[in-house]
Amino acid sequence: MAGENPTISEYIIHHLTNLTYGKLPGGFEREDGSIIADGGAWVMAHGGAESSAMGFNAIHVDSMAWSIGLGLIFCWLFRSVAKKAETGVPSGFLNLVEMVVEFVDSTVRDTFHGNNKLIAPLALTVFVWVFLMNLMDLIPVDLIPTLLGFAGVHFQKIVPSTDPNITLGMAVGVFILMLYYSIKVKGFGFVKELTMNPFNHWMFIPVNLFMEVVGLLAKPFSLGLRLFGNLYAGEMIFILIAALFSAGWIWLIPAGLLQLGWSIFHILVIVLQAFIFMVLTIVYLSMAHEDH
Amino acid sequence: MNINLTLFGQMAAFVCFVLFCMKYVWPPILAAMQERTEKIADGLAAADRANHDLELAQEKAVERLKEAKTEASGIVDAANKRASQIVDEAKEAAVVEGDRVKASAQSDIDQEINRAREQLRGQVATLALAGAEKVLGAAIDREAHADLVDKLASEL
Repeated sequence: MAGENPTISEYIIHHLTNLTYGKLPGGFEREDGSIIADGGAWVMAHGGAESSAMGFNAIHVDSMAWSIGLGLIFCWLFRSVAKKAETGVPSGFLNLVEMVVEFVDSTVRDTFHGNNKLIAPLALTVFVWVFLMNLMDLIPVDLIPTLLGFAGVHFQKIVPSTDPNITLGMAVGVFILMLYYSIKVKGFGFVKELTMNPFNHWMFIPVNLFMEVVGLLAKPFSLGLRLFGNLYAGEMIFILIAALFSAGWIWLIPAGLLQLGWSIFHILVIVLQAFIFMVLTIVYLSMAHEDH
Repeated sequence: MNINLTLFGQMAAFVCFVLFCMKYVWPPILAAMQERTEKIADGLAAADRANHDLELAQEKAVERLKEAKTEASGIVDAANKRASQIVDEAKEAAVVEGDRVKASAQSDIDQEINRAREQLRGQVATLALAGAEKVLGAAIDREAHADLVDKLASEL
């Protein structure tokens, strides 16, 4: 933790601050009083004020590390299963992985009617990866930040999906695929779709274009922000419950019950949000493939 | 909560993981699963076929059993018939043999009788001569009365 005895709001803000590495502008006065030289410098941020001063030229080290680490875990787990995959009787972890693969495969088959070898692996990656990132939410909020605090790392958000950069990064990736396939499959039809819907008259082209573009852009934003919002809210409640523990011994039992209840409920939320992200990814890409 | 380079970092990671999954994870797992599905389907079909075969074999076995039964009863009948035939033949043969034995015994007896008769005939001639000698009190020339004696003997 940052201070010796933080207030509740300091505690919460501390928990919501990413470990940020970025470029501070020249002349900026840091928390310890030192001043950045002209031309700026790449440093680890100490606190929220510094990380917001960094603007766009910054990277959330914790989000990136956890997200890539979890992605690597996904790759490693599923690759080891893929190597072992045989036609004999499967058992243990193999069953679990095959269940997930089967589930994703059937979902893709139900929703996506085109022939595209990318969609199913994309959906599997999205589902498992987002699920793993959400799963970090169930680790007690203070555990890893405190442990890393002993090691000298003072900020740590271990749930990558509570970082809008992460969720929007994936959503923008999906958006780019949507645009690519829309143009590839429909060609000029895509332009027509944007300009001639819903009012099929040349007079309405600007209105149509505006409405369709808003609709199109709303897709990746809603996709990314939905996941972010749900997980952020869930994380926030965990932090509030954790703060409740420090309110006095009389709150121990209620806070424990709340923690338990919210954790159990959150198991549903993390799977559901991963599933929703996957299904919407498939649906959006399916819409990009369909010619009206 | 700032939008920054993390966005692009995540996009790059996303692309890498999706490509990895597409190349090295999805195809082998799905191939193995499909292969297993086929294998199971084949196995079930084979089991069905085996069941069907078993039924057929059972039917065939019952049929064969029935055939064997009729054949066996036929053989038993034939054997019975043949046995009675053999008994009949044996009976006939016995009768014939008996007749033959009887006939040969009869002929033996006849021979004996004839021989005894011949002997007796010879002796009768001598006896007659002796009797006549006694009656006549003189010797009778056998040569001279041979005709008479022979006639007498043949009348016996």
